[in-house]
Amino acid sequence: MKNKSSAFPYGVWMVIFIVLPLLLVGYFAFTTEDGAPTMENISKVGEFMPVLMRSVWYAVVATVVCLVIAYPLGYLISRGAGSRRRTLLMLVILPMWMNFLLRTYAWMTLLENNGLINRFLGFFNVGPFEMINTSGAVILGMVYNYMPFMILPLYAVMSKIDQTTLEAAQDLGSSFVSTFARVILPLSMPGVKTGIIMVFVPSVSTFIISRMLGGGGNLLIGDLIELQFLGNAYNPNLGAAISLVLLVIVLLCMSLLNQFGGEEEMEGALLDK
Amino acid sequence: MEENIIVSLKNIAVDYDGERVLNGIDLDIRDKEFVTFLGPSGCGKTTTLRIIGGFVEAGEGDVFFDGMRINDLPPHKRKVNTVFQKYALFPHLNVYENIEFGLKINKVPEPQRRERIKDMLELVNLMGFETRGANQLSGGQQQRVAIARALVNRPRVLLLDEPLGALDLKLRKEMQVELKRIQQSMEITFIYVTHDQEEALTMSDRVVVMKDGEILQVGTPQDIYNEPVNAFVADFIGESNILPGVMKKDFQAEFAGHVFECVDKGFGENEEVQVVVRPEDVKVVSYEDGPIDGIVESVIFKGVHYEMTVDSHGFKWLIHSTKKEDVGKVIGMDILPDDIHIMRAEEE
Repeated sequence: MKNKSSAFPYGVWMVIFIVLPLLLVGYFAFTTEDGAPTMENISKVGEFMPVLMRSVWYAVVATVVCLVIAYPLGYLISRGAGSRRRTLLMLVILPMWMNFLLRTYAWMTLLENNGLINRFLGFFNVGPFEMINTSGAVILGMVYNYMPFMILPLYAVMSKIDQTTLEAAQDLGSSFVSTFARVILPLSMPGVKTGIIMVFVPSVSTFIISRMLGGGGNLLIGDLIELQFLGNAYNPNLGAAISLVLLVIVLLCMSLLNQFGGEEEMEGALLDK
Repeated sequence: MEENIIVSLKNIAVDYDGERVLNGIDLDIRDKEFVTFLGPSGCGKTTTLRIIGGFVEAGEGDVFFDGMRINDLPPHKRKVNTVFQKYALFPHLNVYENIEFGLKINKVPEPQRRERIKDMLELVNLMGFETRGANQLSGGQQQRVAIARALVNRPRVLLLDEPLGALDLKLRKEMQVELKRIQQSMEITFIYVTHDQEEALTMSDRVVVMKDGEILQVGTPQDIYNEPVNAFVADFIGESNILPGVMKKDFQAEFAGHVFECVDKGFGENEEVQVVVRPEDVKVVSYEDGPIDGIVESVIFKGVHYEMTVDSHGFKWLIHSTKKEDVGKVIGMDILPDDIHIMRAEEE
């Protein structure tokens, strides 16, 4: 009873800032400029299928790269002693104190054709490489910006794994590899799932990273939506329809993750080789 | 060479953060023996256990297992298993899978696995709990799963690190009996760590008393209780009265203002010694009959006996007696020669 009444402000908050906007998106997506009901917007989204596929693909690659880098890092931090652990965590969080745009601009100047990296390589008569305005640059931007969101949940879950549990596994005869497969991985699955969602969702809908690091050739679904609201293509109804489709795709991906990420199945897949 | 030594520690020393936590540990543990490391927290008993398990590296000295030097053998290759202080069950596995863990890794075929797990569940009295999650068990049940998980691998030596510390008194007593029974029926060596002297005395064949990273005394529970080597051991193994005294000559000790007959010899004439008298060995007699007299200061009912403090010219005697005396009463006290234990005085 008491809990319900104290949750009231949050209820109001959620209705105003989540439910209402969602309803509005739905309304715009299924109406014409004049407010007449239509399916045209939704069917028009099909034309942007390549962009949509590219967005999902980039986001998947960025998520996988994040996971591969963040997993050992998270493990390392979680096993570190007090002061070392704090220092490493600080290093992970520190970049987030800087503005997102600023960080991405920094990458622009680094990657430019006569940017820092190319000029440095020039000293050794290597390059210049074309790094900016490539798909690689966009994915790099995603990995760089969203890495902490992968590391932190992984770290949180792994730091809860008791060291003696790992010792128990060793004691029972398992080498490090087998301890990893049988104990660490299954116990860290919740963190893996959270991390994937936290990186995949913002990556798939980003527009600023692709615009700044991807040039014109790497238009993503986020850019497309932005164009419909703020750009020359001004068409909020179409923008709402694309947003809706993106939302459905994200939800599908997440439920897929929940299907696949069940602890038992992960464990079974790894052990029954 | 003595026969049947299974674990042997030779001059082990360990430094941790520049501090010496173990120093000159020399110990032979016999096959099928129940050995207990006993001492206050921080005495190095758990570290010693972890050296045998392979989780701590000895800075100096050697560890032998069945005659082989195993200093550099990682834990997963050692033929010992451990029951950890906080059980350390695998939270993502159920009871059956927890016990199965070691068998799977050692590639024991499925039918045998099932058979051995069944035997273990019977041994620790957990039939029907197979599919319970590790977190759905009480402390005592988790403890028994931990024991089964270790024993199912048929180790030659089982290491137990204060396994009963988290249980309540009644359960602890039950588990003590249970553990002793398991050790005898499986015929393997148990190396047990505890800070509870009663636990050590009840279960062990031999007790190793440790303090500040060193072994003070090794012996049977009777030896340790009756003939403590110094005041620390005497005090740690049960309550005791420790008084300064002088050894007049063999079989004669002077303390508390009187010369008592005793059974100790081999001290120098008029050598200063420490005298240990267990509280239950002090006989309360009438004022006239006792060589020592004192005033009863407090009486506490302890169930089996009364615990009394008696002030005798400044020294507070601790007495356990089944007969109650009134506070303030002047009583006499006597001690039989057999109950007087003489130790060399400690420097400090």
